[in-house]
Amino acid sequence: MISQVFTVIHPQGFHARPSKAFAEKAYLFPCQVTLFKGDKQANGKSPLGLLTLGISAGDEIRLEVEGEQEAQAFQELGRMLTQIYEE
Amino acid sequence: MSHLLTGVPASPGIAIAKAYRLEMEESIPQRKEIEDKAAEMRRLKEAIESAKVDIDRIREQTLERLGPKKAEIFEAHLFLLDDPELTDAALARIEREGVCAEFALYDVAAAIMDALRSMDNEMLRERAADVEDITRRVINKLEGRAHHTFSELSDEAILFAKDLTPSDTAQLNMDYIRGFVTEMGSRTSHSAIMARSLELAAVVGAGTDASHIRTGDTVILDATSGKIIVNPSRNQMEDYSERKRKYEDDVLRMKSYVDRPSVTADEVHVELAGNIGGIDDLEKVLANGADGIGLFRTEFLYMGRSTFPSEEEQYSVYKHVLQKMNGKRVVIRTLDIGGDKELSYMQLPQEMNPFLGLRAIRLCLDREDLFRTQLRALLRASAHGKLAIMFPMISILSELREAKRILNEERIRLEQEGVMIASELEVGIMIETPAAALAADLLAEEVDFFSIGTNDLIQYTMAADRMNESVSYLYQPHHPVILRMVQLVIQAADHRGKWVGMCGEMAGDASAIPLLLGLGLHEFSMSASSVLPARELLSRLSKQEWSRLAVEALSMSSQQEVLDFVNNQLRSEA
Repeated sequence: MISQVFTVIHPQGFHARPSKAFAEKAYLFPCQVTLFKGDKQANGKSPLGLLTLGISAGDEIRLEVEGEQEAQAFQELGRMLTQIYEE
Repeated sequence: MSHLLTGVPASPGIAIAKAYRLEMEESIPQRKEIEDKAAEMRRLKEAIESAKVDIDRIREQTLERLGPKKAEIFEAHLFLLDDPELTDAALARIEREGVCAEFALYDVAAAIMDALRSMDNEMLRERAADVEDITRRVINKLEGRAHHTFSELSDEAILFAKDLTPSDTAQLNMDYIRGFVTEMGSRTSHSAIMARSLELAAVVGAGTDASHIRTGDTVILDATSGKIIVNPSRNQMEDYSERKRKYEDDVLRMKSYVDRPSVTADEVHVELAGNIGGIDDLEKVLANGADGIGLFRTEFLYMGRSTFPSEEEQYSVYKHVLQKMNGKRVVIRTLDIGGDKELSYMQLPQEMNPFLGLRAIRLCLDREDLFRTQLRALLRASAHGKLAIMFPMISILSELREAKRILNEERIRLEQEGVMIASELEVGIMIETPAAALAADLLAEEVDFFSIGTNDLIQYTMAADRMNESVSYLYQPHHPVILRMVQLVIQAADHRGKWVGMCGEMAGDASAIPLLLGLGLHEFSMSASSVLPARELLSRLSKQEWSRLAVEALSMSSQQEVLDFVNNQLRSEA
């Protein structure tokens, strides 16, 4: 299992488009992807799950991946958390 | 009797037409037990597949009409319909509890919508509308009801609805619809964003009062101010018909200036740039054809959070802005905190006179660690565009030298690390204190440019706190004293071949632009929406003529005298 905290910088947080992009990417990996914000957690393969975490700019999000291909998943998904999305 | 309602102006424009009320069927599905669970699950899956076909069609229409960015909303919708949190959860409800598909789906979706609506972030709250949109569409399928269309419209209309979903907005019949009003929603709802793309007048968040407006009522929609006049009087009709005509003429005229150069009637080029507070303002700056960014306030990166932004975070924001501006100059101001802008996590000591205290460059020189992090991010980003770094609130030469020394150290360090840095990188300062203005000749030797920050320069020159109502009468941008200060700065810079910009509010003020042009200002930076009116104004002004008039204004005795003089002159030229 790999787990690390990232700070989200996109000023609008995680709205529909980044949630979709993230979940789509997570879906490509066979491992489990989970995001934690405070005491809430969500399935990283579900855009709705990501939306209901309510991720805003400056939030610290813990990414946890566990299972097959976890190293690669961690690298790519971690990068997406600190990316800026176009409106 | 006519009456007036107000709401949030979401997309500017003026429309006059009959109201058309969109009645939403909002029946909440009731819990019903079913016998054949497998058949019910199949029914839900089929309804979802059929909804997907519809959404895909809307996606294609949107792609054609509004381009790929807006169409992505519907790609996201298609994706949401496959979301395990929604569909799998609804299917599991049917299997486990033997409830009907309508109820299972609605109940699961309602919990998601509740969670979204309870969020602090407005943008995320608005996403409940996406979930509602797709859920409603599937339920309509299940109940054999058509999703409403606007096909029955045969005349110009202003649409009234409780709320508009993204798919409603994408399908508006633009042949007849002249504007819309919603009871709910905000400036960041998809419907508001779409209305701006469609250039359709729209007011949102008008409240339940708007629910009393019926199909057939005559309505004036003034979406520039957020006013809705129902059953207007004859006078109001005449007044607004005229305003509408004028507004439309202005829009057309302004649009023709988007791709034109910023040039005066006597062919003198200046630069009209935009001020931004973050990457969200970029699109507006680009849409208004600004020649660059004259002020990027980096404070937003530091505010509304609990820790300092890392070098990496800052780097990606600066890089993004530079890339988007595609070779046009971007002036990025280093952290300007203190005064009226606080950072809760920084725990700055309370000051007697915060505006005269540890703020802007003073704070950065005091907290070198913060400053170095920002400078490193800026230097790294410089490889991706045309960057100019600007230090705020410089009062004396030694502050500038100290800031440059630190910048240089970080540059050398990065170069040793093998990091790419732009070979041409401008370094400038804001002129905000009388001390800097009076020493402009000395400062000009050691910078590439000046940018005059009028809000603070006026406050410090007049010794009047701009937050204090009782002395607000001293905020006088057109006062000859301020103009003399500006002239002093421009002359000092000109003498050494450096350029001077202005990024305070005065730079976008139509009654100040002629004087600033006459005094020789090179760059005017303003809010994005002021760029086109400024470009139009500029095209009518003669630099030569205003050089003479500006000098005349310098010897006047009051702001009022200057204002009357400028306005009379502009009127006589028109």
